Amino acid sequence: MSQKTSDKKYKSLKAKQTTSNIIVYVVLIVMAIIWLTPFILIVMESFRCETTMQVGYVIPKQFGLDNYKWLFTNTQYNFKRWYLNTFIIAVFTAVIQTIMVLCMSYTLSRMRFAGRKFLMNFMLVLGMFPGFLGMIIMYKVLTGFGLTGAGSVPGLILVYTASSAMGYYVSKGFFDTIPKSLDEAARVDGATRAQVLFKITLPMAKPIIIYTVLTAFMAPWGDFMFANYIAHNTGDGMNVAVGLQNMIGTASSLAANYTHFCAGGVLVAIPVTILFMCLQKYYVEGVTGGAVKG
Amino acid sequence: MKELSYLDYQGLSTGQRIVYNIKKFFCAFGGFFARIGKAIVSIVKSIVFGIGNGAKNLVLDFVKGSWRTKLSYIIMGFGNLTCGQIVRGLCYLAFEVVFVGYTATTGVKWLSKLDNLGDAAAVEVYDAVLDAYTTVHYDDSFQILLYGGLSLLFIFLFLFVWRKNIKGSRENDILKAEGRKIPKFKDDMHELVDGKFYKTLLALPIVGITCFTILPIVFMIAVAFTSYDGAHDGYSNLFTWVGWQNFAELFNTGEGNLGYAFKHILGWTLVWAFFATFSNYFLGIIVALLINKKGIKFKKLWRGIFVLTIAVPQFISLLYMSKLFAKSGLINAFLMKVGILAAPYDFWGNAMSARILVILINIWIGIPYLMLMCTGILMNIPDDLYESARIDGANAVQQFFKITLPYMLFVTGPYLLTSFIGNINNFNVIYLLAGDAKANPALTTSGGSASDVDLLITWLFKITTGTESNYKLASVVGIMIFVVVATLSVIVYNILPSNKNEEDFQ
Repeated sequence: MSQKTSDKKYKSLKAKQTTSNIIVYVVLIVMAIIWLTPFILIVMESFRCETTMQVGYVIPKQFGLDNYKWLFTNTQYNFKRWYLNTFIIAVFTAVIQTIMVLCMSYTLSRMRFAGRKFLMNFMLVLGMFPGFLGMIIMYKVLTGFGLTGAGSVPGLILVYTASSAMGYYVSKGFFDTIPKSLDEAARVDGATRAQVLFKITLPMAKPIIIYTVLTAFMAPWGDFMFANYIAHNTGDGMNVAVGLQNMIGTASSLAANYTHFCAGGVLVAIPVTILFMCLQKYYVEGVTGGAVKG
Repeated sequence: MKELSYLDYQGLSTGQRIVYNIKKFFCAFGGFFARIGKAIVSIVKSIVFGIGNGAKNLVLDFVKGSWRTKLSYIIMGFGNLTCGQIVRGLCYLAFEVVFVGYTATTGVKWLSKLDNLGDAAAVEVYDAVLDAYTTVHYDDSFQILLYGGLSLLFIFLFLFVWRKNIKGSRENDILKAEGRKIPKFKDDMHELVDGKFYKTLLALPIVGITCFTILPIVFMIAVAFTSYDGAHDGYSNLFTWVGWQNFAELFNTGEGNLGYAFKHILGWTLVWAFFATFSNYFLGIIVALLINKKGIKFKKLWRGIFVLTIAVPQFISLLYMSKLFAKSGLINAFLMKVGILAAPYDFWGNAMSARILVILINIWIGIPYLMLMCTGILMNIPDDLYESARIDGANAVQQFFKITLPYMLFVTGPYLLTSFIGNINNFNVIYLLAGDAKANPALTTSGGSASDVDLLITWLFKITTGTESNYKLASVVGIMIFVVVATLSVIVYNILPSNKNEEDFQ
């Protein structure tokens, strides 16, 4: 084979690669447009001063912060309160849920005791019941303690965190990868089990702790089902999801509050999105590990 | 049936192979049912033997035990107190006092009414002072169910602790006879951070799970056998046990009946879960492959764009999407402006368009998760596999179906199952997106209305929060969701090849 033909072959291969790359770029650009459009639209509409819902154009005729101002000054919907509620719930949920999940996953990964297999199978079966099933009875009991309606913030924290240890899978998968020999070495040197946990395992578990905190913190911002049932149409007890949904719940309120909803959505999305983007690395580690381990 | 070796299998013709595989599948299925049967028999056996052995040991402990242990049968903690375990003994004793006190004073009252959940209904009484009728409340079925049930569980708890107290005392006997030291309170405490550290760690999670998951589920299962609903709330109108009546209604499949709605909604739930899971799965893998293709630049940027849908709280994007496709939404306005539509089209009003739309928007929501997840796994596929495939002349499509997909399916098999179950219970996407979907009159039952896109879980939510507040029906539907999910899991789990041993990686 002469040098020429091999050059030709190489060139045609290269050309083939370039065309396939171009196709991929086109596909990616089209997809990026589809994925980004709704977010661009919602930001645009949040700055639109014409408050009617259907206008038939994307770029506002008049830019302004009217919608944002309205959220904090109107007398009908207490957006500030919803925001604060959600933030408090998210912080407490993040802390308590992390402790719960770490306790459960570390124990199941590291210690062998009678009833361990049973406990794991039991939680697996328990998880197959829809979480909402118990809410009817829970609502009645929580109401007895005044933890629904206006007082639903502590009630919701309880509901979110109390059985959160059942979501131990990802975290256990992580602990399973830390070699057991480390524990054993420390135990031989006379460390108690508690010392092994606090001095050896926890410092190594930073990625999974961040993952658990992140997912636990983000969940309350998007929960609708439990929050709606516990708040029970009481404005002061709502989180942002329920509150904003309520704001555009009926046809007439939708027409009146559509742009206000967009502004509220942007305000909620900004901090959560920034937080997520910063900690993305840990999230990816978590989901990948969770998928492989099942 | 006989399993063929690899070589034998390769020797078969295509037709024989298909027959062999079908046979194998059904044999596996038969084996699966046989295994379930065996499991049930073994559970029943272990329960019967467990009770038998427990009773036997109880008698043996009494016969062999010292006078301390014998007295512990009546006075809990006696065996501990006389052996120097003061704190433990006092705890046992206090528990016994509390239990006896509670059961004798209040527990009996609730328990006695548990058999028909109260029989003194609220009555209207003429009040001479006010010159009007006032309602006087007597029994409250809900409270009877709640406190009666708790009292019953308290008795079981007591029996458990009582047995533990006897066992502890008997252990002390044995330690004494052997002349060994009996652990003091300080030793117990030290054990809790060392040998029995798991007890300390698990205490809080297990209390939480018991109070907020197990107990509510137990009570809701009980509710499924009562006539509890908005009209019979137990306070102004008593409710009572009705046996399997609520479940029987599910088999009443005439149009407008419960069974019809259940069948319809269950069917759509499974169809939805299938499409939602697999569309996201395959498209997610493809997007991950596209971004990771050699020679593609700005990988981080592309990934970042897709990740945006995960980062933004779902309810915002879902509600916004829902309103985007509303009758007065932007999409309709745009289509009308361009001239494709003359009048706004009601996307959510039509069953078919609403169903297609929720699946499409779910792809928009779901692909980024899969893309993130797959990126990591795809990088683990050894490069030489592709290399040798290319040398053998395989093109990109062949490589995808022969290498990438089988590898992904093997690794992420369990994930597919969890994702399928997650989609059966995918409340947010359906409720927030298709909240405006028109109710289907054929699905309107004693539980209220439902639309064609409703899943079992959103139906459950609507039944609970609707004007009828049909709690008994809600708990029946909840139990049925459990039955569906459990059946699917058991079947898939037995078919999956990757039932890996959890210790493999340690």
